[in-house]
Amino acid sequence: MRQLLLRLSAFGLKEIFSGMALTLRAFFRPKVTLNYPYEKGPVSPRFRGQHALRRYDTGEERCISCKLCEAVCPAQAITIEGAPREDQSRRTVRYDIDMTKCIYCGLCQEACPVDAIVEGPNFEFSTFTREELFYDKEKLLDNGDRWEPILAQNIESDAPYR
Amino acid sequence: MLDALLPYLWPTLKTAGIILLIVVPLILCVAYLTYAERKVIGYMQLRKGPNVVGPFGLLQPIADALKLLHKETIIPTNASPLLFLVAPLLTFALSMMAWAVIPFDEGIVLANINVGVLYLFAISSLGVYGIIIAGWASNSKYAFLGALRSAAQMVSYEVSIGFVMITVLMCAGSLNLSQIVEAQRTVWFAVPLFPMFVVFFVSSLAETNRAPFDLPEAEAELVSGYNVEYSSMPFALFFLGEYANMILMSAMTSILFLGGWLPPLPFAPFTLIPGFVWFALKIAFMLFLFLWVRATLPRYRYDQLMRLGWKVFLPFSLLWVVGTAGVLVAFDLAP
Repeated sequence: MRQLLLRLSAFGLKEIFSGMALTLRAFFRPKVTLNYPYEKGPVSPRFRGQHALRRYDTGEERCISCKLCEAVCPAQAITIEGAPREDQSRRTVRYDIDMTKCIYCGLCQEACPVDAIVEGPNFEFSTFTREELFYDKEKLLDNGDRWEPILAQNIESDAPYR
Repeated sequence: MLDALLPYLWPTLKTAGIILLIVVPLILCVAYLTYAERKVIGYMQLRKGPNVVGPFGLLQPIADALKLLHKETIIPTNASPLLFLVAPLLTFALSMMAWAVIPFDEGIVLANINVGVLYLFAISSLGVYGIIIAGWASNSKYAFLGALRSAAQMVSYEVSIGFVMITVLMCAGSLNLSQIVEAQRTVWFAVPLFPMFVVFFVSSLAETNRAPFDLPEAEAELVSGYNVEYSSMPFALFFLGEYANMILMSAMTSILFLGGWLPPLPFAPFTLIPGFVWFALKIAFMLFLFLWVRATLPRYRYDQLMRLGWKVFLPFSLLWVVGTAGVLVAFDLAP
């Protein structure tokens, strides 16, 4: 009897019609598409995007050229050269990140003792040429200046969990 | 010499004009069918579909066409060049030719021939050649397998389509498409012959190689079937042909089962709307069904497809032919 009913419902295309009803309901449901360049999804404070070198409030650069980030970087994307400045404080003379090697793991910002190198919320930094993705110290500091308000806010909001 | 030809000039020009009047809107419809397909499937998957090019993405098909035209026509080294280029032309031309006998409204038809159904059937059978030539001339195994599948599938389902048509013919008493529509004044054939309507719709899905019977272009196993090796304009011709065939099958369904240009109810608010609008609406409804089915159902396995065609549809439609004939004779309803 059960078998017969199953046969009958298959012959009446029961499953097919219930499937069609499902897609028809979806047809009238609100759409989830994000109209990307005009609409953007929320970004977590922990988001690991484009790198930036931060400064203190005084304008002094944070990085002390300890090279912990260079050492920890699994992709070996960071190159640092350090030297003492005229005031005898140790600073970098060269801080390069090869963004084409970087895997955005965030180990550099974890390693940094002074919160100098951080990964910001910016993920829209694609370029037409490969060379533009070899970031130097100037570019990174510039990123830091540009994103500082959000960077500081992100670090603060994540502080209780560290 | 010229004097002898002159009387034929005007009728020829007139016919050419009418052909243009049918073909140009048809190609536009095909372009916007691709747009509708992407929109409908997008909406059913909770997406928005194309919405960037022009308002609501309405210029998307035009952008796609321009892109295809700019591509290079690549002819594979091992292909047979002549056949390779003839195949898409054949497919496209055949899908356009069939529209000669389709009545758009009362008396509005290019060729009101008495064997309209037979003509349609012949043309749609010839469609297999375009595909099998494409697969053979490409000299590539994917294209060849796709073409074989496509040909086998179209041939199998044509049999049951034939029987469904015979059922309709018995009820209408004519092979002339206009008269078939006229015979539906009292009731659309979709009502008394509903199971046949379903069989015809499913068979037309298989006939046009549409999901869930799109095995010829099963992306997962055959890349894209018989048209893998095609690019640019030849590819566009296949594409146009395939979608024009979809519209053609929808037009056939609405003529055979949904009363063609007839309004659904024969009184005031419905009869005010001109017939070709009803016809267009019915075609649009059938096309929506095509897209809806594509958005819903997964692809059939090849043996399931063949089983459905030969072991379910063929006996079932044969039974209905006999049954309908019996009922028509027993109750003296035959026209």
